[in-house]
Amino acid sequence: MSAMLLFLCVIAAIALWWSAGQGLLSKPWLEVGIASGPRDAHDADRPKLPAQKVGLGVFLAVVGALFTLFISAYLMRVNTQDWWATPVPRLLYVNTAILFASSLCLHWAKVEAVRGRREQLRTAMLAGLMTALAFVTGQVFAWRQLVAAGYLLADDAATSFFYVITGMHGLHILGGMVALARAARLVRTEAIVTPRLRLSVELCATYWHFMLAVWLVLLALFAGWAGSFVAFCRQLIT
Amino acid sequence: MVEASGAGDIIPPAAVEDVELYHPHSWWTRYVFSQDAKVIAIQYSCTAIAIGMVALVLSWLMRIQLAFPGALTFLDAERYYQFITMHGMIMVIYLLTALFLGGFGNYLIPLMVGARDMVFPYANMLSYWLYLLAVAVLVASFFASGGPTGAGWTLYPPQAILSNTPGGQDWGIVLMLVSLIIFIIGFTMGGLNYAVTVLQGRTRGMTLMRMPLTVWGIFTATVMALLAFPALFVACVMMLFDRLAGTSFFMPAIVEMGEQLQHGGGSPILFQHLFWFFGHPEVYIVALPAFGIVSDLISTHARKNIFGYRMMVWAIVIIGALSFVVWAHHMYVSGMNPYFGFFFATTTLIIAVPTALKVYNWTLTLWRGNIHLTLPMLFALAFIVTFVNGGLTGLFLGNVVVDVPLSDTMFVVAHFHMVMGVAPILVIFGAIYHWYPKITGRMLNEGMGQLHFWITFLGAYLIFFPMHYVGLVGVPRRYNEIGETSFVPASVHDLNIFITIMALVVGAAQILFLFNLAWSLRHGREAGGNPWRATTLEWQTPQTPPAHGNWGKDLPVVYRWAYDYSVPGAPEDFIPQNQPGTYPTREAGA
Repeated sequence: MSAMLLFLCVIAAIALWWSAGQGLLSKPWLEVGIASGPRDAHDADRPKLPAQKVGLGVFLAVVGALFTLFISAYLMRVNTQDWWATPVPRLLYVNTAILFASSLCLHWAKVEAVRGRREQLRTAMLAGLMTALAFVTGQVFAWRQLVAAGYLLADDAATSFFYVITGMHGLHILGGMVALARAARLVRTEAIVTPRLRLSVELCATYWHFMLAVWLVLLALFAGWAGSFVAFCRQLIT
Repeated sequence: MVEASGAGDIIPPAAVEDVELYHPHSWWTRYVFSQDAKVIAIQYSCTAIAIGMVALVLSWLMRIQLAFPGALTFLDAERYYQFITMHGMIMVIYLLTALFLGGFGNYLIPLMVGARDMVFPYANMLSYWLYLLAVAVLVASFFASGGPTGAGWTLYPPQAILSNTPGGQDWGIVLMLVSLIIFIIGFTMGGLNYAVTVLQGRTRGMTLMRMPLTVWGIFTATVMALLAFPALFVACVMMLFDRLAGTSFFMPAIVEMGEQLQHGGGSPILFQHLFWFFGHPEVYIVALPAFGIVSDLISTHARKNIFGYRMMVWAIVIIGALSFVVWAHHMYVSGMNPYFGFFFATTTLIIAVPTALKVYNWTLTLWRGNIHLTLPMLFALAFIVTFVNGGLTGLFLGNVVVDVPLSDTMFVVAHFHMVMGVAPILVIFGAIYHWYPKITGRMLNEGMGQLHFWITFLGAYLIFFPMHYVGLVGVPRRYNEIGETSFVPASVHDLNIFITIMALVVGAAQILFLFNLAWSLRHGREAGGNPWRATTLEWQTPQTPPAHGNWGKDLPVVYRWAYDYSVPGAPEDFIPQNQPGTYPTREAGA
């Protein structure tokens, strides 16, 4: 569970950093009146973060916890002898490039949304959707390659984990695509780039970057780099 | 930080932009597929109580079997295990978690922080319907072939999915796991709402340190649940694969009935780690809202500000954080490295410090308070006593050397029922007696309430106190009958009968409570807007019960903390949070 504890430490650090500005040391029983509380004090010059962004942040923490727990389980279950039992299909590297391109498209969309250019925004979002679809399709083909090579779901732990974790990641990408498709429909129905649309695009972009980061960690895990890294860290400690 | 304001200057509520409220147009969208947190709260509560009654009946049946083995002919060993499993799972997850977070969280958070509704009402609605679906799937397992799973509420593999465990190779375990997965997805939707509403939905002037402790408790519990439930999710998904696809995440090589199963190499301990990584925080997910609510009940009904508010807040947060590093104290007997046990025993005992701090602060709040022995107060007092009792036996069990011999006895059953069964349920009752007037506009009947309280409180003690003794003499738990054993004295049998009779009585008292809920809806005394003369915002709504949107035209503005009771110089013994102005005699250390 060390990976999960590490993750919780990161969450705790973020929570501590955030709560440092929340006046948790104040003495509310002495303070009567409006104001008090840093958020109100800065209201004038700093607009409040929209609830959707905070919501996405909390949701990403949950998704992060989910994948970290899968990784924790993987590290505890898969011992050294069958660590590299499953070869990483070459296709995964192509898929990684596609997901990277998808993330870039979303970033492009975000830039266009801020600039308010509706046509380009639409192109960028469609490109993002297509590349994401290509990624998921590529993952399915990677599965088929593995199956063709004789690595089945129930064969050994490393293979089982590979299918389950990539499947879980793929589901999250599909969920993101639903959100992105809904945002893309907004582009069609609305004549200009409304704040609501811009917010949707920004949220999708954040989600995409996060899922890309998750994927890179997972790839490192499956390719065995994470194993070498952990071994290296162990050497440093002992 | 403080901007002193005189009695007269009222600042217009301009700083917080109003949310876009969804306005329902038909009966269906208003009362059934409602996006109003208050309606969702009632839906959550009713569903939770309904499924909780099923678990209550299961406990009756189990107790009858323990006292009069064989009296109920249909109750064989398999049934007993199925009932134990469902009783535990329903009570912990589908009743307590859903009622505290889905029920009280939904009702109280928006009202207490001065919001019109949750920030994501649509997701909030979906959360309830997914919860209902999870309950439906759970109930369906009673009717599936082979019946519900009998793996124990911890669902430990490998036995959970082997053929000689009830439901192991039938539908039972599959439905259980699917139900949990749906529950977790639904909870995540609701949990996002509870957390983000507290973070972003507070009205002007409602700083974090002005929030009532109820909101702090529910908020912290929600954050914990959001981080802990994924562990159960992962465990459920992996076990589902083990059961349906023949993988070996948790399943070691096993020979069953002379046949080598296709599994091999899996780690049952891995499941225990994942399960308890969720399971221990779960105890505090249930306890923290109870802590928060009881603080508010005591302060309001003792007409005195809560003692050490800041410490109470910090203690809640620290308990929440610590509860993530104690999980393996449930696994002392799992064969893990004894040094781990030592580490986890230490963290377990450390968590007693902030918990004890809270108990002291409740007691000191009562000290020289103007204690009104109303029903909510009675339940709050009963909670403190019960929680201390359960906590003390927790100190026993937290130590490895004491836990190992006691681990599989009724002592553990008595301990956890005291600390996370009876104690939070007492708070739920107290809270319902306290907030029912706000929810319905009428008071609950006092006479029925008194009867319900005394039977429940004394009865719970009469059930679980003897059970500690039964455990200490070595009666094992999870056995449907002990039969003839030399180490069990005959008195245990008499005690078992006594406990069972008390369990039947206490259970029947809950029917009285449900009757009271229904009866008072129509015949209860009119409550008015603020019957307890409380300070927090939910009692200051323009209508009772609060209308859609909670606050009428303008959001309330908060000028003070939640505990201005008996302020010297004030005309009344409480000052609502949204009332401006100071009083001259108000000094430091109030």
